[in-house]
Amino acid sequence: MRMRTIEISVGAFVLAGVLAAIFLIVQVSGINVSRSEETYKLTARFDDVAGLRVRSKVSMAGVTIGRVQGIVVDTEFGEAIVTLEIDGAPGSLTIDTGAKILTEGILGARYIGLVPGADEEMLGDGDEIVETQGAIVLENLIGQFLSNFGKG
Amino acid sequence: MEHVLRRIGAETLRWLQGLGRATMMWAMAVARLPRWSDVSLIVRQVYNIGVLSVVIIVLSGFAIGAVIALQFYTQLARFGAEDAVGVGLALVLLRELGPVVTALLFAGRAGSAITAEIGLMKTTEQLSIMEMMGVDPLRRIVAPRLWGGFISMPLLTVLFNTVAIYGGVVVGIHWLGADPGGFWSGMQNTVELWQDLGKGMVKAVVFGLVVTWIAVFQGYDCEPTAEGMGLATTRTVVMSSVLVLAMDFFLTLLMYGDFR
Amino acid sequence: MTESLGPDTVGSGAGSTGSVNAQTADYLIEIDDLCLMRGEKVVFDHLSLKVPRGGITAVMGPSGTGKTTLLRVIGGQVRPDSGAVYLNGKDVCRMSRSELFEARRDIGMLFQSSALFTDINVFENVAFPMRVHTDLPEDTIRDLVIMKLNAVGLRGARDLMPSQLSGGRARRVALARAIALDPDLIMYDEPFTGQDPISMGVILTLIRQLNEALGTSSLLVSHDIHETVNIADYVFVLADGKVIGEGPPKALRDHPSRRVTQFMRGDPDGPVPFHYPADDLKYDLLSEDV
Repeated sequence: MRMRTIEISVGAFVLAGVLAAIFLIVQVSGINVSRSEETYKLTARFDDVAGLRVRSKVSMAGVTIGRVQGIVVDTEFGEAIVTLEIDGAPGSLTIDTGAKILTEGILGARYIGLVPGADEEMLGDGDEIVETQGAIVLENLIGQFLSNFGKG
Repeated sequence: MEHVLRRIGAETLRWLQGLGRATMMWAMAVARLPRWSDVSLIVRQVYNIGVLSVVIIVLSGFAIGAVIALQFYTQLARFGAEDAVGVGLALVLLRELGPVVTALLFAGRAGSAITAEIGLMKTTEQLSIMEMMGVDPLRRIVAPRLWGGFISMPLLTVLFNTVAIYGGVVVGIHWLGADPGGFWSGMQNTVELWQDLGKGMVKAVVFGLVVTWIAVFQGYDCEPTAEGMGLATTRTVVMSSVLVLAMDFFLTLLMYGDFR
Repeated sequence: MTESLGPDTVGSGAGSTGSVNAQTADYLIEIDDLCLMRGEKVVFDHLSLKVPRGGITAVMGPSGTGKTTLLRVIGGQVRPDSGAVYLNGKDVCRMSRSELFEARRDIGMLFQSSALFTDINVFENVAFPMRVHTDLPEDTIRDLVIMKLNAVGLRGARDLMPSQLSGGRARRVALARAIALDPDLIMYDEPFTGQDPISMGVILTLIRQLNEALGTSSLLVSHDIHETVNIADYVFVLADGKVIGEGPPKALRDHPSRRVTQFMRGDPDGPVPFHYPADDLKYDLLSEDV
């Protein structure tokens, strides 16, 4: 009778809430539950990673092939050590692959773009990308420009 | 001058007394966890408080999501960063607007209804006769509503956020033509499970507790007249709204902190 | 105001005060030296009275003498400032919250407003005490409820909502609810006020019948002299927080105290003055200040 309809609608309400929560977790915050494929790790040192965050994407030719897993700072050299998680099995990236920190649009999120090399040897799990270019920080750029301008 | 000071003092004491009564009511109602036989009472309250609020939550969620997407899009398009609409929308909703707007609507829809219902029960001596029958109104009337609100508010917030993001998708992608790939990947790359979604839900839980508490107490403590009930209902909405906004500020400061 | 949020008095005293002795056993309720202040107003001033077991006892008095409050004190809803109220030999004022709720299961109460639960129908209203206090199977509850409703003549109205009932019928449903658990004591708060003559007669008959049929004791609070005198076996007259006269209703009409007879006969003027205390009328009329 009436209590039955109430119970059914409460059940539907709770179910809708749970489904909405799953949507927010998976689709919005991007936790990929079905991600069971193989990945391997690479590290890269950058002189500046400003704006890069954990789980920022790693892409090559505009296609996402991995994500940033961790960022730590090496205070001795004043560099940031970024751990990258690359999808698939090792053996597809050459050892002279370059890594750049790029920006989506002018104000968009920072990401790492990989530039393919030409070497025969391939990067393995845990290897380091040597060829890196840090984030272009607008202030530095402007500062440089102004000082050059002043000299000239 | 002395007169004014005395008034302030008396008002403060009265306010403190009210807070004390509210705390005692809350503690005595929640002290004993619900028994199995109380579950049907709580289910009924989840219906009254939660299910009956779904329509207003869904409609407002869609409207707010759509309007945020519209505003972000027009502003961001000037920098060619239309893809950031998704990020902005998700962050604004999950962190702030979702819990806050849901709580405000919740106070207006469910909070006032709770106050009016309990106030009516008090005015018509239903609470009193229940006590005389050996049934504790704190357990029978107050506790199920506190639990019902506690359960409903986070669910409503989640629904609100989801519908609002859908509203943003409709306007941003389907209407204005933002790139769906950039929209979603930007959102997924930036939004963090705990930092954004989790902390937003913490707010929702806190707001749910406080709004239901205020609503139940205002009804339980109202003056048992028609006028008293009206006043109590107004007070519920005003107090909840002000407190939700104030608490939101402090919770943001506390959880996201470090703004200096 | 209900005292439901007041601090629980520690129940330790209940054991010592709860001992049933020969004197208290004859009386269902024994009120001893009860004092209660409401702000500046004295409600009970060292009030003492004893309600015998069985029969219908009435407490009468002018409006505002705290008759309703007296019922709430007996039910433990209002805690007095001092004094004791023994119900079945146990002091209500020293019971813990849970003991009090336990004790109230043996009390049926009819409020002045019928106080039916507005969100459930007549049947569920009467079933309510059974559902919360017993584990009876559904069909037994159904039979009991129908019997109780039959007793008040409203068996046919069981599917109506309280808002669909007239005042008199609502009060009868409330009465059926009050007797749902066959209580030892039924307390009636002003059962006759605001009733038309027919429903007044119905209630009068019901109270008498129920008292005999169930073998319970009834405590009735009223200021309707005729009806009360008709029905009560013993009457207390209250004024200024004290008992000013007691006895069987017939005897009270010829009570030596003028205050009692004024009330019992309904004289407009007497020891209880017609006029609210004021200056002499002459001065009021001649005074310049407005």
